[in-house]
Amino acid sequence: MAGFRDAAAYNPTAGLQLLPIRFEQLQPNRYLVNNFVGDGLLLTRQELDRVVGLDLSPGDGLYERAFEKLLVSVKGQQSQLQLLAMRLRSRMAFLQQPTALHIFVVTLRCEHSCPYCQVSRRCVDRERYDMSSDTAIRALRVALSAPPPTIKIEFQGGEPLLNFPLIRQIVETARRDVPSGKMLEFVIATNLALLDDDVLDFCRENSVLLSTSLDGPADLHNRNRPRPGSNSHQLATEGIRRAQSALGRDRIGAFMTTTEASLERVEGIIDEYLKLDLDGIFLRPLSPYGFAIKTKQFNKYGGREWLKFYERGLRYILDINKNGRHFPEFYATLLLKRILTDVPIGYVDLRSPAGIGLGALVYNYDGKVFASDEGRMLAEMGDRTFELGDLATDDYRSLILSDKLIELVGGSLSQCSPECASCAFEPYCGSDPVYHHATQGDPVGIKPLSEFCARQKSVLRLLIELLDDSPEDAAVLRGWVSR
Amino acid sequence: MRPLPLSGTAKAITGTIEPGRRLLRLRAAETGAVDEADIALIRHDGDLAMARVRGFTKAVLFDDSSTTDVTDFALVAHIDPRFDYLADGDVMALDPGSGRFRVLYRRGSKNNTFLVTERCNHYCLMCSQPPRKVNDGWIVDEITACIDLIDPATQSIGFTGGEPLLEGRRFLSLLTKMRERLPETSVHVLTNGRAFADDTVATAWAEIHHPDLWAGIPIYAAVDHIHDYVVQAQGAFDETVLGILRLKDKGQRVEVRCVLHAITAPRLKETCEWFARNLPFVDHVALMGLENTGFALANQESLWIDPVDYADDLASGVQTLRAAGVNVSVYNLPLCVLDRSVWDVAVQSISDWKNAYLPVCEGCSVRDRCSGFFSTGRPRISRGIRPISDQ
Repeated sequence: MAGFRDAAAYNPTAGLQLLPIRFEQLQPNRYLVNNFVGDGLLLTRQELDRVVGLDLSPGDGLYERAFEKLLVSVKGQQSQLQLLAMRLRSRMAFLQQPTALHIFVVTLRCEHSCPYCQVSRRCVDRERYDMSSDTAIRALRVALSAPPPTIKIEFQGGEPLLNFPLIRQIVETARRDVPSGKMLEFVIATNLALLDDDVLDFCRENSVLLSTSLDGPADLHNRNRPRPGSNSHQLATEGIRRAQSALGRDRIGAFMTTTEASLERVEGIIDEYLKLDLDGIFLRPLSPYGFAIKTKQFNKYGGREWLKFYERGLRYILDINKNGRHFPEFYATLLLKRILTDVPIGYVDLRSPAGIGLGALVYNYDGKVFASDEGRMLAEMGDRTFELGDLATDDYRSLILSDKLIELVGGSLSQCSPECASCAFEPYCGSDPVYHHATQGDPVGIKPLSEFCARQKSVLRLLIELLDDSPEDAAVLRGWVSR
Repeated sequence: MRPLPLSGTAKAITGTIEPGRRLLRLRAAETGAVDEADIALIRHDGDLAMARVRGFTKAVLFDDSSTTDVTDFALVAHIDPRFDYLADGDVMALDPGSGRFRVLYRRGSKNNTFLVTERCNHYCLMCSQPPRKVNDGWIVDEITACIDLIDPATQSIGFTGGEPLLEGRRFLSLLTKMRERLPETSVHVLTNGRAFADDTVATAWAEIHHPDLWAGIPIYAAVDHIHDYVVQAQGAFDETVLGILRLKDKGQRVEVRCVLHAITAPRLKETCEWFARNLPFVDHVALMGLENTGFALANQESLWIDPVDYADDLASGVQTLRAAGVNVSVYNLPLCVLDRSVWDVAVQSISDWKNAYLPVCEGCSVRDRCSGFFSTGRPRISRGIRPISDQ
């Protein structure tokens, strides 16, 4: 029997090399060091210096950690690079199925008059602000010619139920015309004020999901969302309960928008969602579009105050989960998916290149086509930067291959944008050209001045620290991703 | 604890048969002889009369089971009653000259495995089947012939080594024959995966188009020098990872296997995290207790760790893999040394012929779903072994 050689005999025979890494100081002596597929490692300053200086030897512990996280490789080895390449491909696989989401703005009319309305709703003039049947059919033709195997059609407004007959027509036509092998999903984004048995029967028969707005307890919700009768909250909660029993608990979801009046009331808002047995909550900041700008709602609180609101809410939600109730915060869940897995992300605002056009197309009531929902919000304010074309003349190819979209998408790669390219959080983040165009007049923007950037960094930092420092919280957070 | 004997020497061989190793399929005497390779199992005089009626020319007798005259048979092998487990449909290789024989296939077993070669380009510290540098190319020929005698209803067949892919094309031809002759049989090949770093090998493997072919490939750590040390081969980690990526790129089934011992267990958590992040698409991950035999005995000092001492890391690793949606199992470890959170993935993985339980297991309430122990080598007993009473 030949002898065995000891461990030292298998030390690398060639020199080490540093793979592409980025780092960020989290605390005075704690750094997040990340490769470009998100294998983050938390290191002290001294450890970071040693990794960067390749001052590592097998058996010292740091060599092993850095190797496992694909931060270093031995010269001549191929596997570390192949793993990085394969995983990057996986993280960006959303590009293989462009434009899964198609938003139909079936009307801009609404019976609510929310001061934060981001779409600049109208209260009158059916002729002018409803989508015509002809426009809808053209939009459907574009949507059904998009490549993905599952096409999701979302009805937006205004209040889309004000044009319910058109929704019926679109769903029926889509079912009839869908190419064989393609699946269809439908969502109506509605305030539920006009929900009735007809609508519920229709949703049940056609597997239509409902998505609604719920800002919190009655006084807060009604203050944020005025309507004649001041009964928005009552109609929304009754609607949620009716939809849950008629369609199933998982067939309706709710979204909240944070206003200045919400800032001190995060627990109450979350309790309202729990009371209604909703399956989670999305703690959302206000976006800088539509009436939110015109009525100066957007400027009423800063990013810092929203973050305080978010963190307080997240910790409250974690406690709820630790007490045994599965109740995710959906924004954290999206980011955690980026942190903990290489699953390509469907969420259009957390992609690079950006989700404009490639993630979604928006068919406006007047036949104009936009690269994102926020893009049409800007257009209502007079800014047509993200308008790609018109259904009267365009088809899917001409929209998606338009010079305008190609230029906007091409400029949106966070991997090579100033600041983002060297940011340790980049693998977890995405590119939001509409936001930066709206706030800074430039689709890339100056990231140190960007509230989007500040918000992303702070939430990511919070999640990374929770994952590392608090095993109980980490177990909850991981549970949200693996479900 | 003693393993089932699978090879031995006949006490006597009689008959007129020509010398030379040959394959024989054991048949119950009442079945008709269908093939030149068939040999009748004789357990009593009635069998002998029946074998004559059925036209058998060869017979196996268990020692003194008959005193009758058998001179009319071309071949009679008298073998030890320890082998009387042999049954209809089993296959053995016998050299009439020396009387030496080996049981190659047991129809009633789920653990039929063929050793393809004793040669290997690894020299693993814990190898249960220490490699030898020998010219044993004849083994592939024998297995190829044996495939003709195997029951097509057999659920699964394993191939091991040595490193089976060192036989390259000849081994791939053998797998092609498996697909043609035994299309219903699942095939599990234990390989170090390095050959697949070469795209032509991975492509040839994929082009067999076998409906249920698995490559079971070991990764002992996510760190190059640790894996290379365990397998005693510089550069092995790099090639093995590339091999797995190539196989998966071609849609082939891959099981990743990690044997737990004192060199691999300290980074078990990190290794599982690495599996979850880098190889979540593999079809199965097996986290395996050590079989204390072969080289593992020689290297006991550096390999032994009581499984109780890595049980928490194992539970955490399993949890990580589950969360990533990876199909994971724990092999070869009795339930009493495992955290209860992994009991549902702890399987009875030890092959029937070398599986045993301890006297202390008598009063255990979960014995019948426990892996038990290897009866091979010199089993080391964890301090955590105890009967479970509250199930």
